[in-house]
Amino acid sequence: MPSYLKSSKAIQFGVLFIAFFLLNALIGPSESNYLWRLPPLLKDIPFLINDLVRGLMFEWMPIDVYDPSIDEYEQKPLFREITRAISSSFSFVINAVREFILGGSKTIVAFSSWDFIKENPWAVWPALPWTVVVGWAMVLGYKLQGRNLAFLTGVAGLYIAAFGQWSPSMQTLSFILIAAPVSVFLGLALGVFAYKSKAVEAFLNPLLNVAQTMPHYSYLVPIIVLFGVGDHAAALVTILFATPSMVRLVLLGLKNVPTDVVDAGRMSGCNDFQMLFRVLIPTAKRDVLIGVNQVVMQCLSMTVIAAFIGAQGLGSNLLIALNSLRIGTGLEIGICIVLIAVVFDKMSLAWANKQTDYFADLSFTKRYRHFLIMAAILVGGIVMAMIGSIIFEEDFNYFYIVPHNKGLTTAPFWQAGVDWVWDTFFYTLKSFNEWLITGVLVPMRDAYLAMPVVATFLLVMGTAYILAGLRSALIVGGFLLFIAFSEYWDRALITMYMATFAVVVSGIIGITLGAACAQNTFASKAVLLFCDFLQTFPSFIYLIPVIMLFGITDTSVLIASLAFASVPATRFTVEGLRSVPPVLQDAGSMCGVSRLQRLISIEIPIAFPHIMLGVNQTVNFALMMVIIGAFIGTIDLGQLILKAISEPQGTGIGITLGVCVAFIGLAVDQIIRTWANKRKLALGLN
Amino acid sequence: MASQGDEAEQRQAVIKCESVYKIFGNNAQSLLQNAQGKIDAKDALAAGCIVGVNNVSFEVSEGELLVIMGLSGSGKSTLLRCISRLTDATGGKIFVDGQDLLTMNSKQLMEVRRDKMGMVFQNFGLLPHKTVLENIAFPLQVKGINTKDSIERAMNMAELVGLSGRENYFPRELSGGQQQRVGIARSLAVEPDIWFLDEPFSALDPLIRKEMQDEFLRLQSVLNKTILFVTHDFDEALRLADRIAIMKEGVIEQLDTPANIVLDPATEYVRKFTQEVPREKVLKIEDVMDPYDSTEEMSDIKVSKNAIIEVVAEQILSQDKAVGVVDDNDNIVGSLHSSHVINVLFGNRSQEQQG
Ligand SMILES: Nc1ncnc2c1ncn2[C@@H]1O[C@H](COP(=O)(O)OP(=O)(O)OP(=O)(O)O)[C@@H](O)[C@H]1O
Ligand SMILES: [Mg+2]
Repeated sequence: MPSYLKSSKAIQFGVLFIAFFLLNALIGPSESNYLWRLPPLLKDIPFLINDLVRGLMFEWMPIDVYDPSIDEYEQKPLFREITRAISSSFSFVINAVREFILGGSKTIVAFSSWDFIKENPWAVWPALPWTVVVGWAMVLGYKLQGRNLAFLTGVAGLYIAAFGQWSPSMQTLSFILIAAPVSVFLGLALGVFAYKSKAVEAFLNPLLNVAQTMPHYSYLVPIIVLFGVGDHAAALVTILFATPSMVRLVLLGLKNVPTDVVDAGRMSGCNDFQMLFRVLIPTAKRDVLIGVNQVVMQCLSMTVIAAFIGAQGLGSNLLIALNSLRIGTGLEIGICIVLIAVVFDKMSLAWANKQTDYFADLSFTKRYRHFLIMAAILVGGIVMAMIGSIIFEEDFNYFYIVPHNKGLTTAPFWQAGVDWVWDTFFYTLKSFNEWLITGVLVPMRDAYLAMPVVATFLLVMGTAYILAGLRSALIVGGFLLFIAFSEYWDRALITMYMATFAVVVSGIIGITLGAACAQNTFASKAVLLFCDFLQTFPSFIYLIPVIMLFGITDTSVLIASLAFASVPATRFTVEGLRSVPPVLQDAGSMCGVSRLQRLISIEIPIAFPHIMLGVNQTVNFALMMVIIGAFIGTIDLGQLILKAISEPQGTGIGITLGVCVAFIGLAVDQIIRTWANKRKLALGLN
Repeated sequence: MASQGDEAEQRQAVIKCESVYKIFGNNAQSLLQNAQGKIDAKDALAAGCIVGVNNVSFEVSEGELLVIMGLSGSGKSTLLRCISRLTDATGGKIFVDGQDLLTMNSKQLMEVRRDKMGMVFQNFGLLPHKTVLENIAFPLQVKGINTKDSIERAMNMAELVGLSGRENYFPRELSGGQQQRVGIARSLAVEPDIWFLDEPFSALDPLIRKEMQDEFLRLQSVLNKTILFVTHDFDEALRLADRIAIMKEGVIEQLDTPANIVLDPATEYVRKFTQEVPREKVLKIEDVMDPYDSTEEMSDIKVSKNAIIEVVAEQILSQDKAVGVVDDNDNIVGSLHSSHVINVLFGNRSQEQQG
């Protein structure tokens, strides 16, 4: 490349754009021109995957299985037996937790196989009064952090119980209580393996990348095929989704254990086991526990999506409410999910930051104080429930369990609010909606669809080359090639246009807001706290208020995406700008620059790599939201994935589509990350 | 001098290295096979390797304190890690108490570490989740000693290093000096014969460092262990060492007593290394005294031949006549004139300016 081309990125981009527009102008739509669209060479992939799965499930490795009902051995495929076994054990455990809190008899029957219980309908394990469960949770909160967390937990519990969401909440809780520990355990095990062996790490890394960028939906279909529908399947999907970040954090934590500590362990004569459990993992404890926090949050964000494959609980209720446009109810359920998420988030973070006091020599009552209090709560709660049954003789027992949807409700109020908004602002909203769609979105979409495939490749790979270098350009090209050879190029373009729109707008919002807030210590703290809060919301929650305002349209999806994706851009901008060394700011001030000059010429360039990482997350968040938006009727890859759930060929299609979306995300990730790292190196950060 | 050598031969070498190499990189083995003696750093670099330790041979006898010195990156830590087998040497032989360290399996190695070796690290390497006491007791507990005994022993160690009253603190609640005391106590908990210290005081500020060196000397006078001590601080080396090994790019340039290194540098590198060293702090009277001439008129004062010059300089300078030098049995073995002392103190510098 001639040197004058290398000299300036602006010139390079100029050349790139000219070439891009020329290609656009020269190549028109035509079925046979490969420059316009590549042939779908890979269109058989979904079928191959289907065949593979079918083979695994129904033909591969038949084994003899004893069937007690006919008292004979039968040939059954091994794989299906395994998946069946997993399914049934998960179902059993989830149900056991559920019955422990909400009452029931299946678990007891399974353990004892007493006919007595089967025959006597009154013989069931009674549900725990909600007061007991909430009381226990408060004790836990108190033990982990103190009075504030206990109070928060209490308020959340009270809300959930009083608004008649107790049973669905506990149902949701029961599968989280299974999915989270399994994910944590798996993550820990895989993380340790990856730490021990470079080969395992190299093998896991790309898998983790794809798993973390695959949209949640695309896991659903294969899970249905392999494990059926129900709470256990939901738990498995959740595990699949939540484990990767745990693996990442465990690996990171272990790698960050100082070499001196590792050496000290070895010189103390630790064997491998002692090394792992007494030196490495305890030293990496903080990262591991942050991983636990991530797992819990991921699990909660899956509640709604898990409802698609039969998870009972808040998620499915929310879906039903939204489907029937009962916005008020939807909002109340949404608040339940957020409350649970916030409480779990605070609890697991408190756990991560908690420091064990080994040596405080406590007396018996002090050491077991919490258990004693919990026992007291149990007794107290039962007594209260009994008193309740007398007080609320006519009504249901407020002190025991408020039946689903029978508690307080503010739904009519919200419904009235929505109606009022619609009545008052109908024309404003409608015209805004129409303007956005006809004035911005449709032209943008058409422009994307009118790009010949070579032009797209040129633009993306050229950008990658200029910003991140040849290697990145080739990697990105590989990702794109997969999509271009699949049947879904046009759909992918639509996904990309929505994501681009969301990223550009939320990038602008986030960076501006972040830069403004970073000017002031108090504002920075406040905005970071608020971002924390918003990030605990499962993504689906963002859809509720926008549907209230805009109904079920592309606009809603985009606005939800904007809200969702602005959060990381804002947070990383504030963090980046706040971490500019004060020395540099002083140096700038001493040179007599104005506040604005300082921001533009000193702070932003230094914070730039960090801000770009925020933008990277913004891209991923926007993609995720756009795909989730399919639920309320956009026509991109997401919608196809959603459709695939109910199709016989769904497995292969679902996975392929998921991989397509993941590749879009990974391509952007590749460019931005490499670029940010280069900038960091150039600035001598790190 | 001769008698010292005999002594060393009689005692068995606790640590013995025979042309030890440590080469980082994929082609390490082939590079080693082609090499005869020292490997040229440029050849290694061309083969894509970095030489950490290059053909190192030496012995350390029981109760000796060998200081390994050199600039950053000269391979000190790597050598120490080879001898403790925290990394496997690429070539050569290492014997500990006559046992071949490199042929041991991991179980034997674990036993050796549990019973014979203790190590102190530059950045302390304390377990952040354990208290002072638990950290000190850790090597004992790993060995399988029960909690009560190990904690009791740890209590004693804590007292020995002056940490009484802080047993239940966590590492993060301690100052750097205190953390390193924990590191020292932990490394001594199993009563090892061999003690490795890798720049134990480098992370501490100068005052604390001085204090810790004194502490270390006190401990050593009580415990009398065989010690490998890594530092890049020459003053520290001089204060502590029986012998000093000076390393450069993985090679030991010279291994000798402090006085010999200062008086008689083996290579240009060592000379440069030692030229800033205040000689009066290193040299003993016997290193600079003149042979005893019974005809010469002597002053009344006598000095021991083992005294460091700095300590007695003022005394000698106050005399017009030569001062008698006596050995441990008070026999006069030499004489020293004040002009000679002045020469040691200042002459050296002026010679250099001329040269
Ligand atoms: N794991 C490794 N892989 C590759 N090279 C290494 C490794 N460890 C050390 N080296 C190289 O070996 C050489 C010696 O390193 P070593 O850590 O022993 O130096 P040092 O004398 O202890 O320095 P310092 O005073 O900074 O601790 C250096 O050039 C270093 O870069
Ligand atoms: Mg070192």
